[in-house]
Amino acid sequence: MNGGHDLGGMMGFGPVVPEPGEPVFHAEWERRVFAMALAMGFTGTWSLDASRSAREDMPPAEYLSASYYAIWHTALERQIVENALATPDEIAHGTPVIPARPVTRVLRADAVGPRFGSGFPSDRPAPGPARYAVGDAVVARNIHPVGHTRLPRYVRGRTGTIERMHGAFVFPDTNARGAGESPQWLYTVGFTATALWGETGAVGDYVIVAAFESYLEPAGTST
Amino acid sequence: MTQHHDHDHDEASSTLSPIAARVRALESILIEKGYVDPAALDALIARYETQVGPHDGARVVARAWVDPAFRERLLNAATPAIAELGIGGRGGEHMVVVANTPETHNLVVCTLCSCYPWTVLGLPPVWYKSPPYRARAVIDPRGVLGDFGLVLPDATRITVWDSTAELRYMVLPMRPPGTETLDEMQLAALVSRDAMIGTGLPAARESEA
Repeated sequence: MNGGHDLGGMMGFGPVVPEPGEPVFHAEWERRVFAMALAMGFTGTWSLDASRSAREDMPPAEYLSASYYAIWHTALERQIVENALATPDEIAHGTPVIPARPVTRVLRADAVGPRFGSGFPSDRPAPGPARYAVGDAVVARNIHPVGHTRLPRYVRGRTGTIERMHGAFVFPDTNARGAGESPQWLYTVGFTATALWGETGAVGDYVIVAAFESYLEPAGTST
Repeated sequence: MTQHHDHDHDEASSTLSPIAARVRALESILIEKGYVDPAALDALIARYETQVGPHDGARVVARAWVDPAFRERLLNAATPAIAELGIGGRGGEHMVVVANTPETHNLVVCTLCSCYPWTVLGLPPVWYKSPPYRARAVIDPRGVLGDFGLVLPDATRITVWDSTAELRYMVLPMRPPGTETLDEMQLAALVSRDAMIGTGLPAARESEA
């Protein structure tokens, strides 16, 4: 969706302000939100794509004024309610009223090291031959999905070049809404800064995105 | 998202901030219903607060500086090369390492959220997740580097890597001159987190690391 999260190229936010000696977390509740989000993701009730979708669904004014883990917290509560794991009243009071709904698996402490140390790969067998090859000129399609997508607005309609091929990966746009992993070929696509930003871009600079096959069409075809 | 933080009040007092109280209630309900194990939450926090961090990425960089064959494997297929050092897992399943050269400087961003190579750098700093960086890195990378006090030679071009899929990028900075006599551990001490994001360079001498 064209949400408040799709920030590439926006202006007016001011300078980047690094925090010297920044701690990993700034409050105890941030630690707990972080860990709960990972542990609830582990239950298999929803995908990481669904979590990203829930975070970016916030109204832009709210998204842009909330701190990072506050966004995670809001989205986590919403996913818990939408998946009928708890009611809003239960969450507000911390007291269970309705029975728990079974989940696929529960993360135990002794599994944290092995499972998070091996990871959760999202590459999949390719559904067929790749449509593009390294060196091909492609256009990022001028699409505006109302749901989750990972094609940022600033590249849509712009021409770039296939630089690398990565095999097939879970397609976030369908997986986020529980409509299946529908694996697609994933490409590194390079855009010149001038193709993206006109004379604002510096000659010789590049911006690289990782783009799924259905985000692209051959250069020279009409959108 | 703002760059300020909500801070807990004193945990010993009964005046938790509203969000801290709400998070505590959420945790209670998830534990009561058996969806999460509090010991697993503690283990996750310990892992990402105290174990995983940029010291691991620095080991990868130092190895690449001293071992040309490793460097080649790292640039061709980063995930298995990094695994040679016992490093891998969530947030680093599909790594891509990009090398700085005198001609090209690389910079990593996630304009859409906060994708970051957890296995080699740990969790991202607040600035990496915040709008000023996410908005400007792709359109004004030199301005962003200026915010970090980094000025590149005029002839150096910048390539910005926007982490829009599950590929996770790490920058392999150039080895600083005058470090020929340093061993791998001493070299790793020169490599900051920012040098591996592209918002910084390795320290010139260990005393500056």
